[in-house]
Amino acid sequence: MTDGPSHAPFRALLSLAWRESRSTRRRLLLYMSSIALGVAALVAIDSYAGNINRSVREQSRSLVGGDVALSSRQAWSPQADSLLDSLVGTGVTLARQTTFGSMALVQRPDGGGGTRLSQVRAVTPGFPLYGRVGTEPAGRWSDLHSQRIAIVDPSLLLSLDAQVGDTLALGYGKFVIAATITTVPGDPGFASAFGPRVYIGSEWVPETQLLTFGSRAEYDAFIRLQEGANPDQWIEPLRPRFEAVRVRARTVSQRENNLTESIDQLANFLGVVGIIALLLGGVGVASGVNAWIARKIEIVAVLRCLGGTSRQVTLIYATQAAIMGLVGAAVGAAIGVGIQFALPGVVRDYLPLEVEMRVEPWAIGSGLLLGVWIALAFALRPLVALRRVSPLQAIRRTVDPTAGRRTGTDWMLVAVNAFIAATVVGISATRSESLQDVAGFSAGIAAVLVLLWGSAVSLSRLARAAVSARWPYVVRQGVANLYRPANQTRAVVLSLGFGAFLVTTLYLVQSNLLNELRITEMSSRGNLVFFDVQQDQRAGVDSIVRSGQGIEVVETTPIVTMRIFAINGKPIPQAPPRRDTTVARASGNQNQQPSGWALRREYRSTYRDSLGPGERVVAGKWFGETPAPAGAPAHEVSIEVSIAEDLGVSLGDAITWDVQGVKVDTRITSLREVNWARFEPNFFAVFPPSALAEAPHTLVVLASAPEGTEPMRVQRDIVRVYPNVASIDLSVIRRTIGEISRRATLAIRFLTVFSLAMGIPVLFSAVSATRRDRIREGVLLKTLGATRRQIGRILLSEYTLLGLLGAATGMVLAMGGAWAIMKWVFERPFEPALAEAGSIALAMLVLAVAIGLLSGRDVFKETAMTALREV
Amino acid sequence: MLEARNLTKEFDSGSHRLTVLRDVTFQIPQGSLMAIVGPSGSGKTTLLGLLAGLDTPTRGQVLLDGADLTAMSEDQRARLRGEKVGFVFQSFQLIPTLTAIENVQVPLELRGETRAAPRARELLERVGLGDRLDHFPSQLSGGEQQRVAIARAFVNQPRILFADEPTGNLDGATGARIVALLEQLNRESGSTIVMVTHDISLAERTQRIVRLADGVVVEDRETRAGALREGPANGWEAESQEDVATREVP
Repeated sequence: MTDGPSHAPFRALLSLAWRESRSTRRRLLLYMSSIALGVAALVAIDSYAGNINRSVREQSRSLVGGDVALSSRQAWSPQADSLLDSLVGTGVTLARQTTFGSMALVQRPDGGGGTRLSQVRAVTPGFPLYGRVGTEPAGRWSDLHSQRIAIVDPSLLLSLDAQVGDTLALGYGKFVIAATITTVPGDPGFASAFGPRVYIGSEWVPETQLLTFGSRAEYDAFIRLQEGANPDQWIEPLRPRFEAVRVRARTVSQRENNLTESIDQLANFLGVVGIIALLLGGVGVASGVNAWIARKIEIVAVLRCLGGTSRQVTLIYATQAAIMGLVGAAVGAAIGVGIQFALPGVVRDYLPLEVEMRVEPWAIGSGLLLGVWIALAFALRPLVALRRVSPLQAIRRTVDPTAGRRTGTDWMLVAVNAFIAATVVGISATRSESLQDVAGFSAGIAAVLVLLWGSAVSLSRLARAAVSARWPYVVRQGVANLYRPANQTRAVVLSLGFGAFLVTTLYLVQSNLLNELRITEMSSRGNLVFFDVQQDQRAGVDSIVRSGQGIEVVETTPIVTMRIFAINGKPIPQAPPRRDTTVARASGNQNQQPSGWALRREYRSTYRDSLGPGERVVAGKWFGETPAPAGAPAHEVSIEVSIAEDLGVSLGDAITWDVQGVKVDTRITSLREVNWARFEPNFFAVFPPSALAEAPHTLVVLASAPEGTEPMRVQRDIVRVYPNVASIDLSVIRRTIGEISRRATLAIRFLTVFSLAMGIPVLFSAVSATRRDRIREGVLLKTLGATRRQIGRILLSEYTLLGLLGAATGMVLAMGGAWAIMKWVFERPFEPALAEAGSIALAMLVLAVAIGLLSGRDVFKETAMTALREV
Repeated sequence: MLEARNLTKEFDSGSHRLTVLRDVTFQIPQGSLMAIVGPSGSGKTTLLGLLAGLDTPTRGQVLLDGADLTAMSEDQRARLRGEKVGFVFQSFQLIPTLTAIENVQVPLELRGETRAAPRARELLERVGLGDRLDHFPSQLSGGEQQRVAIARAFVNQPRILFADEPTGNLDGATGARIVALLEQLNRESGSTIVMVTHDISLAERTQRIVRLADGVVVEDRETRAGALREGPANGWEAESQEDVATREVP
């Protein structure tokens, strides 16, 4: 008897584990690689978000434009000006920017040129206070205040068929195009898609005569403090003074927080995709390790005969799984870093800053940790079954080798299941902000898995009950494989169904979100709109528009600017929220506070005596049908339903409006639902003509124009005569939104393909579990006279049924999942998109059948002699 | 050193109970070489499993050096196997990803032995495979694989060795050499060897035959070879028929 310790030290088991894994490492690595793509997604997303956040912190001052940024929607009042001037005297540096829309016109002697609605940014010397504006040719920015030049977005030159050196007309002012913009601190390149930027010196604005009555503009002032000063502390005592003159202040840290919060939210959302990918990978690991263990049963039994305890044996194989899990996660992390460095090229236009790419160790570390954790958690489930392998298996092969000890509850299995459940909850907590989200996500995943499991069990039972002797043998055999002992029905349906669920849910949610971007063309009456038309310009504009061939004026709408002065007699912001309003009750929030933005913003309202085509009354009655109660204001007003909710008002409430200094009392007699997607003027507040007909107003002219050059010609003619009038051609909007949709669709397609790609190793793992049994059966059938075609048909019928059930169940569950996400996360209506979901389900079915036939290829290769050699 | 007392093994098969072994009782003294024979389905593999502690009986006891295997847990029996029991299987059951020497080392490594390699080398040289230490099972013939398995079975100096159809997968000449090797090691080490076989000529080379039929012992006798008190070092020496003793079945 040899003397020695009674059990092997871990190092010895590690050595044995490594040696024993020699020929199966690659296969085990394939199974563990199910998690690689999930890890890659997480590492890429987290690393890039980390890069962006780091860059935000480093460049936050140039993002804000200064240490403190002040903004107003109205021109600086004398009080605001004097406040700003007083600050300059205290040693701070000030720069201002005024942004407004204007038609930019280029007319060339050769007849070329065009006009386009642009963002004009008039800046004072010293702008930008941080960072620099890049121009092409370089160095022209410094000439902005000494010469009457404009520096424009390259896209403007394209749309106006112009070049550097041409003359640009902005209102009544003329500027030489001196250069194009290459970079502007704090501005994403994509912003130019909606209106190319034109920079001019603020000295030249009065010449343009563009900032007139009713014009919309944004007024910004940027402040650079002395070195070492804290912006939040500096602005705090000044905030009330600025708010009194309707100037909003924000500091560097606020901007940083806003940006990093937005980036974190986006990263969390995308990270959920990565988490789900990881969970799907976990399912693949469980299936694959199950398959791998099936090959090890005899060796495990021999080890048990030779003196190995259940703990030693489980440790040997758990070690192999852990090592391969680490390798799989590492491969995923490496792919993730690769993707991270490729991302800037894809999203550069959407970001307002230059992102410095760096490897983010914490993102790689957390991705690796999560990957190994998931791989181990899901691998443990089949591994603990090794404890039940009887040493008897070494001398007698049984059908279910792990059925050795099935007396009572297997507490180890219960513990492992609990660990897996805790893993799902735990990793969803890493991406969610609230307990509710974690609970909802975990419950959703659990529900999907339970339902898939249940449908697999049901399929097995149904197959057993339904199989009929009248069916052809090959179909009967394939169906019988669904319920025979140690069948793969559950593993395949779970993997395939979960994969189909993931892919289809992602697709449905994102296509529903994309729907929001589409303009409903058929329901708009016009495709050309002219705005900021002054009252005395009406006849002239009308005449020029009608002069266009095939162009008709659809509607001319008056626009009256106003603010809310009081609600129910109480001037804002002292007006308390009404606790018993219809709207508050309907929203379920009895303590709803009115939104500050809704109370203090400028309203552009109109007056008419009929409803517009894109609106309907949802509460109360239209003008003239609700007599005024005694003491109530005589004038009626119709409010849009969501702004009514924001204001905390409802039918019967009184609103006093400040219409350019004149108080107008109104009572709310109807609430309207508005279709904002229509290309027409839509309003939060609509008045009857009697309330506002005498008020100063501008006009919006809606016209319908045929495709072709006439719209552009009419726009150019109007801008020449009335430079303050801006116009929008719907086709330009459609092109821009089409570009956004195209990029978003590309992203969806990439995610869909990515998810499908993830499904392949998972599915492959799932069907590998019974590969040896399949080969054994196949060669036996060959011995009994079955042809390869017959064997192929058996496989085909089995995998078609499995694929059908998995894909169909996944699709149905995805409908539920996508509906829930649209309803509770995005609060938007849901459209099922059945055709697309069906195509994905079909693709998954084809995938399942292909992988099933592929995994059975060894059956075709083996000859019947193999059966004779088997014990 | 090994005692079976009223061993009974029953299984549930569908709706009825199947009795595979019924009230088997015998003793095996230390150092003996015995065979358990019987036709297919007689219960000999089941009996082997019970005697080796791989399985537990429905009723009865198995005592190995006085320790009641039936009262132990699975892991306790595993540890006991690591210390006192060796196995030789019909299909060799070598771990395909380990070399010959690594396969032989496994029982010692499971016990925590740090100097397993020299002992394994010594045993492989004794079975004539000193020049095949680093070969994988796929690189060895059937006979060579079985010799590696025998070396593995003896590496922990077992008190008893169980051989399940050790020549079942080998041709006649190779099988005879394997049996000769087992006999030699039995004499040199003093280990008890219990062999399950359906080959009566192989069984006759042992000292004692226990014959099973339908789960009961129908014959338990000493063989002609068993009647020889000091065996020859090489091959068979035939004894006369009248020297064969037959015991009554209890």
